[in-house]
Amino acid sequence: MSTAIGMASRRVQARTRGGSLGLLRSTGIAGLVSAAVIAVATVLAVFGPLVAPYNPDLPSLGQAFIGPTGAHILGFDFEGRDVLSRLLAGAQSSMIGPLAVVAGAMALGTLIAVVTAWRQGPVDTVVSSGLDILFAFPGILLAVLAAAIFGAGLTAASVALAIAYMPYVARVLRGAALRERGQPYVAALEVQGASGTSICLRHIIPNMLPLIVAQATIMFGWAMVDLAAISFLGLGVQPPTPNWGVMISENEPGILQGYPLPALAAGLCIVGVVIAFNVLGERLFEQAQAASR
Amino acid sequence: MPSDNIVLEVSGLRKEFGSLVAVDDVTFAIPSGGSLAIVGESGSGKTTIARMIVGLERATRGTITACGRDRSRPARSARDRRHRGREVQIVFQDPYTSLDPRQTAERAIDEILRLHHGFDADRRQARIEQLTDLVGLDSRQARALPRALSGGQRQRVAIARALAAEPQILILDESVAALDVSIQAQVLNLLADIRDETSVSYILISHDLAVVRQLTDEAIVMYRGQLVEQGPTAQVLDDPQHPYTQRLRASVPRPGWKPTRRPQESPRAEQKGGPHG
Amino acid sequence: MSGGSRLNSLPDRGAPSEGQAVTVPAGGEPLLSVKNLTVLLPVETRERAVLRDVCLDISAGEAVGLVGESGSGKSMTARAIDRLLPKGAQVQGQIRFAGSDVTGLAGSQLRAYRNRVAMIFQDPRAHVNPVRRIGDFMTEALRTNLGVSGTDASRQAADMLSQVGIEDAQRRLHQYPHELSGGMLQRVMIAAALLTEPALLLADEPTTALDVTTQAEVMAILDELRGRYGLAMLFITHDLELAAAICDRTIVMYAGQVVEVRRSELLHSDPLHPYTAALAAARPDIGQKAARLRAIPGRPLSAFEAPATECAFAPRCRFAEDACREAVPPLIELDGGLSRCVRVTELRGQLEAAHA
Repeated sequence: MSTAIGMASRRVQARTRGGSLGLLRSTGIAGLVSAAVIAVATVLAVFGPLVAPYNPDLPSLGQAFIGPTGAHILGFDFEGRDVLSRLLAGAQSSMIGPLAVVAGAMALGTLIAVVTAWRQGPVDTVVSSGLDILFAFPGILLAVLAAAIFGAGLTAASVALAIAYMPYVARVLRGAALRERGQPYVAALEVQGASGTSICLRHIIPNMLPLIVAQATIMFGWAMVDLAAISFLGLGVQPPTPNWGVMISENEPGILQGYPLPALAAGLCIVGVVIAFNVLGERLFEQAQAASR
Repeated sequence: MPSDNIVLEVSGLRKEFGSLVAVDDVTFAIPSGGSLAIVGESGSGKTTIARMIVGLERATRGTITACGRDRSRPARSARDRRHRGREVQIVFQDPYTSLDPRQTAERAIDEILRLHHGFDADRRQARIEQLTDLVGLDSRQARALPRALSGGQRQRVAIARALAAEPQILILDESVAALDVSIQAQVLNLLADIRDETSVSYILISHDLAVVRQLTDEAIVMYRGQLVEQGPTAQVLDDPQHPYTQRLRASVPRPGWKPTRRPQESPRAEQKGGPHG
Repeated sequence: MSGGSRLNSLPDRGAPSEGQAVTVPAGGEPLLSVKNLTVLLPVETRERAVLRDVCLDISAGEAVGLVGESGSGKSMTARAIDRLLPKGAQVQGQIRFAGSDVTGLAGSQLRAYRNRVAMIFQDPRAHVNPVRRIGDFMTEALRTNLGVSGTDASRQAADMLSQVGIEDAQRRLHQYPHELSGGMLQRVMIAAALLTEPALLLADEPTTALDVTTQAEVMAILDELRGRYGLAMLFITHDLELAAAICDRTIVMYAGQVVEVRRSELLHSDPLHPYTAALAAARPDIGQKAARLRAIPGRPLSAFEAPATECAFAPRCRFAEDACREAVPPLIELDGGLSRCVRVTELRGQLEAAHA
């Protein structure tokens, strides 16, 4: 394609400079808003318990399911605790689980994608078949299995989800890894005598970073939903630890009694953060695609 | 000036991809300081030969000897691979994909220097400046990322990177084919200068006979995997013996040229190129 | 099928609709006339000129070469003529085909225009749908725009395929693009382009990606078909020798402007613009090895980099003087050709020797 036409007809302009800030700006308004939401959630995950106006753990059954008042803008939950404080404190366990899942799945998935793309041949075939088998297990099913074997808890659930997500990551990244592998600059480095490991670490993975970051962002949203569901089922985070998914299940009776706010508020927190991750992730994905053209 | 010392020898080289014979019984030798053209079109096997010499493909049969050491089989160890990298290097055709888009020219050359030589940081920096100077890049260009460089500038970086290993043999795989005519002339002059200054030997893979004439002393002509003609470049181009070479020569546009259609050949005659052409 | 027009053997296409060009222009008026064509494209939020004041004429049946390096605007010119510019492009100036202005055409008029002006591209695979058969692709314009029946269209397509040297045309019509080599696919594109009986063929580097022997074959086919159908052609290439060999006239472009128009046989022996001479001299000679190639210093300028106040080639030109930096030189007529060089008369005859 002629030079000028190529430049003019790209709808999504890959950012030419500006580092991370430039990257954020290029994701548009939606991307910026999402990033802001995520930033708030992250801050709360770290400082939540400290900024909570009231004690999130102390039950006070006499106040159960009282609606919003001046001092307690979201009212009280099923054990009489301030809902807002519960939400702020609950950010921690709600965010850390997905973080662990994403870290684990991305690390393992990237490793497998790059190694199979590098070696190709029989190694690739065997590993791909193994991954296909793992694909057959939905994340939640594996988490239930893990809970049955190791007992309920965030750790078991997170590990199970990481294992369930890993084949997906490997499949998505394998395409990008294969593409980089086939580039002449990789061949030039091979001819130079550089080792496969150093080429993969110093060249192939860094050139996949936009895709890796985009994938991790989207995956955070999925992990959050799955972990919330697992906690809702009682197999993840255990009460009385504040957690948004657990809050939905423990406040469920309130919905039928005409006090939906605690459960709803927790649900909205999950939805809001998940949407933010999805939107930002999709935008980053677009940027990654544009950059690779 | 080419000496009698043979720096690369290829004997009975054969490559099969399944049932397709991409290279069939090719033999040639290059003296130190010499330059050989491998001429052919797509499907001729010329790129496959180059890939076998640098170790990106494994020969099915035959031997390749460079700088006195056999390299017919893949390198056994990392050390061996590096050693081979100091003997034969390659510059590819496409300036847009032959550099890591995330590396500046300086970092790319530095990485090669670290790989092969035990220089300290100062010595490496000096060598980087020497190399970028040699290929005609100024300091701004040396510190730029590939996307800020033109095609010709990127090829210069690729040449500098290849030379950082101080190879005895440099393979130029259609390295000027993707460049504008005026830039191509600059790079061809540069390559001639480099050869004078460093006595490196060239293997030029090209379909462009004028470029072949300008840059090489000897030429071999490949057609569908077979070596059909060989000799001094001037002779092969001025007095081709093999019908294919004659047809190739006659297909080059020039003033007064009138293209004529060949008599109908079988559909097989226009096969698609092999994996690497 | 004998030579000459095939109009008699085709079903009646009906009377020309409003806006469709009246067939043959009167007397000496050229088939295609481009005057002062300037095109601006929005590139990374700014408006940039990619063509500046381009003028060219093509007469019926004439083959004109359009030569330039990267950024010269040669491809863009063809796209402007065929109305294939990207969204947001601003077009100033005139493009007249067979007497009527085509810059404002749309809808059915545009389709009718594209039946008369066909275009083939450098990479045929990028311009063909890989999941449709060759036959479908070739007959589409005939069936939808001209109302030709399916069987008739296939028959014409098969006939055209054999004219471009593809045997077993019936079988080929049922094949998919990936089953054909690059050279064959390009021949299919030529055949497809000629099915609507265009008066003008725009060929954008059609042989650049082909082997040189395949290129010779394709050029021979184009030459033969041009003669048979009286087709005019604008042949775009970066290869000065190729253009000069097969075209009657050659136009040289630099930085989005036309810098020389010359009869092809005089282009090498008596060029009128220093860039043309320098370009020819920079090329290695297949007949002999030069001690050193006469490379042009610097790099080719794109249209949007070119200054508006001086000759775009001046910084790289060995004959540049102060007069060259005062204003953008106009196109000056000399000896039947055109040159955008203020020193054209005084440099006449010296350019080729100076670069030898």
